[in-house]
Parts: sequence; structure tokens; C-alpha cells
Amino acid sequence: MDYGAARPVDPRVFDAMSPYFSNFFGNPASFHTYGFDSLKALNLAREQVASLLNVEDEEIFFTSCATESNNLGILGAAQRYKKSGNKVVVSEIEHISVLNICKELTRQGFEVSYASVEPDGIINLEKLKELVDEETILVSIMAANGEIGTIQPIEKVAEIAHDQGALFHTDATAAAGQIPLDASKYEFDLMTLSSNDLYGPKGVGALYLRKGLRLKPHMIGGGQENGLRSGSENVPGIVGMGKAAELAMGEMISEAGRLTKLRNKLIEGVTESVPHSYLNGHPKERLPNNANIRFSYIEGEALILSLDQLGIYVSSGSACVAKTLEPSHVLRALGLKHEEAHGSLVFTLGKSNRDEHVEYVVRHILEVVRKLRSMSPLTPKELR
Amino acid sequence: MMYSEKVLDHFRNPRNVGEIEDADGEGTVGNPVCGDLMTIYIRVNDDKISDIKFKTFGCGAAIATTSMTTELARGKTLVEAMTITREQVAEELGGLPPVKMHCSNLAADALHEAIKDYREKKGEKRS
Repeated sequence: MDYGAARPVDPRVFDAMSPYFSNFFGNPASFHTYGFDSLKALNLAREQVASLLNVEDEEIFFTSCATESNNLGILGAAQRYKKSGNKVVVSEIEHISVLNICKELTRQGFEVSYASVEPDGIINLEKLKELVDEETILVSIMAANGEIGTIQPIEKVAEIAHDQGALFHTDATAAAGQIPLDASKYEFDLMTLSSNDLYGPKGVGALYLRKGLRLKPHMIGGGQENGLRSGSENVPGIVGMGKAAELAMGEMISEAGRLTKLRNKLIEGVTESVPHSYLNGHPKERLPNNANIRFSYIEGEALILSLDQLGIYVSSGSACVAKTLEPSHVLRALGLKHEEAHGSLVFTLGKSNRDEHVEYVVRHILEVVRKLRSMSPLTPKELR
Repeated sequence: MMYSEKVLDHFRNPRNVGEIEDADGEGTVGNPVCGDLMTIYIRVNDDKISDIKFKTFGCGAAIATTSMTTELARGKTLVEAMTITREQVAEELGGLPPVKMHCSNLAADALHEAIKDYREKKGEKRS
């Protein structure tokens, strides 16, 4: 139950990709049959990804991952449009690839403001309005948070940005394929997508850029992807992302319905069976596959290790799992104390999860929590 | 990041978990804010650690290092136990991931605190 970290490639995606490794290996830039075949495949993939967002084909640019799309979109827009201002506004709970490129913006002399979120993880629109002004070039707020699952009111955020003449970028890595995203209807300017989050291969991402806008590119070379992202295209990977987007289009609604039921069963089952366990994030405005649950008096990594023994694979907002020593910046932004953030688990469900998996977790979670609590000096006497 | 088999063993089957009522010495180090907090309790007879227990809030490494520390200290004289170091605990566990060396490897300090606590209490009794 850790689909947020990585997803298996859908077998239908794998089948679509496989001819493009050895048989149709041409470079889309080549002016001969092999090149044409690859170019056709590239065009189809662009069309498939564009359909998912209801945008035009030429508004989709392929990259190597969501991190690259976030970097290119934010840094590229800020640098390209710096004549119209020097401010960028993002939320406190953005992905690390957004937060760290914002640090780079600060080093380059831009002013970055961080909009706060409510305890349920939803962005505070009133406070956001105060941060966005005429000097603001870009507002970047994620469509949904991968860790706490909270879905943001991005249509309203786009309005706030546009009212001040700023561009609006949204990192839709966690949201795409789970909830409908209509970039054209709501006039989003930039959007980040990841292939693996759609059950496509790793190593591919996409950036949607509204027609007429330009970015300062960071990969300089032969001018592929309309000059925005040079480097010979990863054709098999892009074909895979296209196929994954097409499948997501067709299956998203029914899969979201199935996952929402499973997720609710998981949240209810776990929080009812374990005393002093709580849901992090918004109860309703959340991704169909996300349950983030906090357990008092114990630490997340120890929980993960114990669940791993039982064949339950989950993630944690705990610092001890990450490369840094800080607990999750997302949970801290909700106002949780350090020790509360340390004791949180992230369940992200996906295609292979069934009722019996959820029931298995609910059956075993209490014994695991109890064992760790019996060892913890923080556990109150009545719970030991 | 990965743990050695020994770390996993001590995490899964921690030795000497619990509290000693009216312990002769007690030492706590760490802080729940950084994600690790450990308490070691000792019983002392003839200047030797005759019983030792621990409680830990923390990650796998924090639990395993406390468990290992109690194993190393059990039966030792207080002077010997004072020479147990964090590095030694890590070595006995087959090494720890670098990021865990500082934050989660505090159990030797908790042991030393417990011994100091015992000595202070004893000093008070004498005077």
C-alpha cells in the first residue's frame, strides 16, 4: 500500500512500449522510415497525454520526470518573465522539487512567499490572496498532496493568480489519473505530470504549457520538444506514458470509486481499532487512494519495519525514513507537533489492493502498535 | 538506507524491554522532538549491573541500539559499563546507516546517565 512511492507498469503499457526498444528504435528527428515511425509514436503519446488534461497536443512537453517538469516550469517561467515582477508564491506543502527550486529562485534574487494551509491541509485562500500582488510572476499550488492526499481548490487559486496577472502552475503528479483535471476549462498555465503515477514507466514526465507562453529552457541542445527540452526523446518511455494516460482516461472514474470505498474502510477500520490514532488531512477533499494516519506515542519508521514483517508495505512522514532528520514538512505545516508528525503512516492504495488486503491491515495494526507502545516511555500507563 | 540483520534482529526481538520498579539508577537521553527518546533502568549488586531494562520511543535503530546496550552492560561492573561507547554498540550491531549514527545511537549515553544516577543516589545515602 505504497503506490505513492512507486507503481508497477501496467502490462498493457508494457506491451505498447516493448516494440520501441529494439524494433522501432529510430530517432524521431531522422528523415527516414525509422524516424517517421518513432515520430508517429511520439505524436500519438502527446495526443494521449493532452486528452487526459483536455488540452491541445502542442501544449504537452515531455521531460524525464515530475521533478524536471516542476524545475523547468517554475524556474523557466520566473526567468522568462522576470521583467514583469520578481515574486513567486507557493504553498508550504509543495513537493520537495518545488520547494528546493524555490530556494534556487531566492538565491537568484526572486522573492518567494509560502502560503499556509489549514489544519486539514487545504490552502487558506484569503491568506493566499494577500500574498499575490502585481509583482507576482507565478503562483504554484499542487493539485493534490501525495502525502496527506488533500485536494486543493486549484480553480480558485488560478483565478486569484490571474486576477493579478500572474501565471498559475500546478503540480498534478499525485492528482493526475485519480481525479479529473481540465487544464483548458480552468485556464491553467502550467501543469506537471509524472508517468509512473499513471502506471507508466519511471523516467518520464510531462509539462503542460499553455499556448503562447514561453519558458527559459534548461536543457540546451538540438531543440527537441519545441526547443523547451533538448535531448533525443525517450521514445519507449514516452509511448508508455501516452498509453498510461489513455488507460487512466478510461478507467479513472470507476477505479476512483473502488479506491474511495477501500480507503474509507481502511481509515475507519484502523482508527476504530487503534485507540489514539487519527486521520491526517481533510476527510472528504482527499485523493481516492490516500489514508494518512497518526499513531500517538510511537515512531513511524519502527511501525513501517514492523508492518514490513507482516507483508504490509507502507510509507511514513517520519524523518527517520527520509534522508534528513526533520519530520515531514507537510505534517508540520498542518500544525502537528514533531512527535506527532514522527508517528504517522501513509497508505497509498492502487490497482492490486482488494478488500482482503485492507481487512488484513485492520486485523494486524493493533498488535503492532501495542508492541511498540509497550516499549515507549511516552505511552501513558492505561495504554500499556 | 538499509539495516544489518543484527539490527533487525534486535528491533524485532528486543532484549530487556521494560521498567525496573525502584531502580537503583535511571538514565534518559534524547527528545521526542527529534524522534528518539530512551530510558535505561539498572539494578546494582556488588558494584555489578545485576538487572537492566529499557524503554525507547524511536526508530528501528533507536530500539536496536538500546537493546544491544542493555545486553552489553548486563553483568558488567559499573567501571566496565562506563567504558561502553556508542561506536562499540554500533559495531556490535554490524554497523548503522551513517544518518543514524548520531540521532539514534544514544543508548550508551543513557546507560552512563543511569550509572551516574546510581552513584549520586548512593552518595546521598552515605551523607
